[in-house]
Amino acid sequence: MSETPTAMSAAEIAQAVSNRKLTALAATEAALARITAHDKVLNAFTDVTADLARSQAKAVDAAIAAGQSAGPLAGVPFAVKNLFDVKGLSTRAGSKINRDLPPSPRDATLIERMEAAGAVLVGALNMGEYAYDFTGENVHDGPSRNPHDRTRMAGGSSGGSGSAVGGALVPIALGSDTNGSIRVPSSFCGTFGLKPTYGRLSRARSFPFVASLDHLGPFARSVTDLALAYDVMQGPDVEDPACVARAVEPTVPLLSEGIGGLRVAIAGGYFQQNLLPEAVEAVARVAKALGATQTVELPEAARARAAAFIMTTTEGAALHLDRLRKRPNDFDPAVRDRLVAGAMVPAVYVDRAQKFRRWFRARVLELFQSVDVILAPATPCVAPKIGQATFTLDGVELPVRPNIGIHTQPISFIGLPVAAVPVPLEPMPIGVQIIAAPWREDIALRVAHALEQMGVVAAPAPRGL
Amino acid sequence: MADQLDDYVSAIANAMGLPLEDAWRPAVRANLEVALRLARLVDDFPLPDELVSAAVYST
Repeated sequence: MSETPTAMSAAEIAQAVSNRKLTALAATEAALARITAHDKVLNAFTDVTADLARSQAKAVDAAIAAGQSAGPLAGVPFAVKNLFDVKGLSTRAGSKINRDLPPSPRDATLIERMEAAGAVLVGALNMGEYAYDFTGENVHDGPSRNPHDRTRMAGGSSGGSGSAVGGALVPIALGSDTNGSIRVPSSFCGTFGLKPTYGRLSRARSFPFVASLDHLGPFARSVTDLALAYDVMQGPDVEDPACVARAVEPTVPLLSEGIGGLRVAIAGGYFQQNLLPEAVEAVARVAKALGATQTVELPEAARARAAAFIMTTTEGAALHLDRLRKRPNDFDPAVRDRLVAGAMVPAVYVDRAQKFRRWFRARVLELFQSVDVILAPATPCVAPKIGQATFTLDGVELPVRPNIGIHTQPISFIGLPVAAVPVPLEPMPIGVQIIAAPWREDIALRVAHALEQMGVVAAPAPRGL
Repeated sequence: MADQLDDYVSAIANAMGLPLEDAWRPAVRANLEVALRLARLVDDFPLPDELVSAAVYST
């Protein structure tokens, strides 16, 4: 076990707190001190709820002292993307406009479930405005910075989540993923991330972006920590109409089952294009470690990405239509201009995109009759420089912002579960997507755990702090 | 086509009551061009007439 709380995993903290070798308050103070020391550089946090955190930590310690059972995350500090409702804070969702909202009367469901497991919320995290972002940049709060190179993007839109966990400010953070917003910052910041099956985790009391594509999920520095957080957040919730009435299916006990018998394939075609050498290298390392040689084609993946783009821009525009009319100058201009354009897309194209989703989903589900896991790059490249406008993929100069997520969008489009795993290349890490069939997060996490045990994937110590 | 798209942007902004300052027009138009290009990629794909996008109760 590591000596200092900030170097400890969530599992180690919870064990130490449960065994009374460490107090939840000490773990919390250590996280707060590290945030104070490093967040000036990382800009991961928009709100540090120190007083609330200390109160929560003392309550955890008191419960343990009273002989009550400590939860599986006893004393573990965590933070949330600032689109989660945090009691007492306005849910800004990366925007200026939402700061005028009244303080939230109640925490988001996932925060309540983390706290019920003993975790201690220490703050809210920076993000791209209204989650319409892949960079982690924010005109109102400044960019989240990459913990391995402060001149580089953290990725978005859950940029603060990637930065905070990649920088080891907290062992666990929560984020959202509509088109790749957990997987992209995980890739850029060298963390593990889980985008569960659509409908698995409750989104109640979080600010939406594209309701038919929105997912919430955890970031962590190890697969065990990722699974611990995921397990305690599972379960039905009538307050999110998309959250299914499905019993909790714990994954932690299954992590060590290994990958024997699993059929692992590499996504071909679309997913082997528009990659810089580091992304090719990352997928190759993971595939080699898993003994994967078979390639499968997700049919019409480029159209799937296009359809996801259309649904995103139009649903996002519909969500913000009133704000676009009343407060257009209070948006990030780049976000506003995308949303205004989205409002102008003819409705027939949206219907075509939705119907195409049904077609694509059926074809991809057929693939899972012959494979259990599909490997794909998480991002085309390692983190670009903050402010970088273009990059060159397959010889074509393209705008960075919309193209960072081209390999994640077709997957979230049909709600498949994905574990993003960090390959610790030098000087910058990069992620790979471990994609499983619907409701088989356990398989994605088992594969991630096996890769971690083999030393192929790991969250590198922050290189930029 | 260029003029037609500019006209479309103006007309739909008026029809929807969306404010549109002159300074924003080039970016809005550029974003719309990208969206329409991607929409046509989906539109070009033949889908069965019977395909249903509605949610269905399964339990």
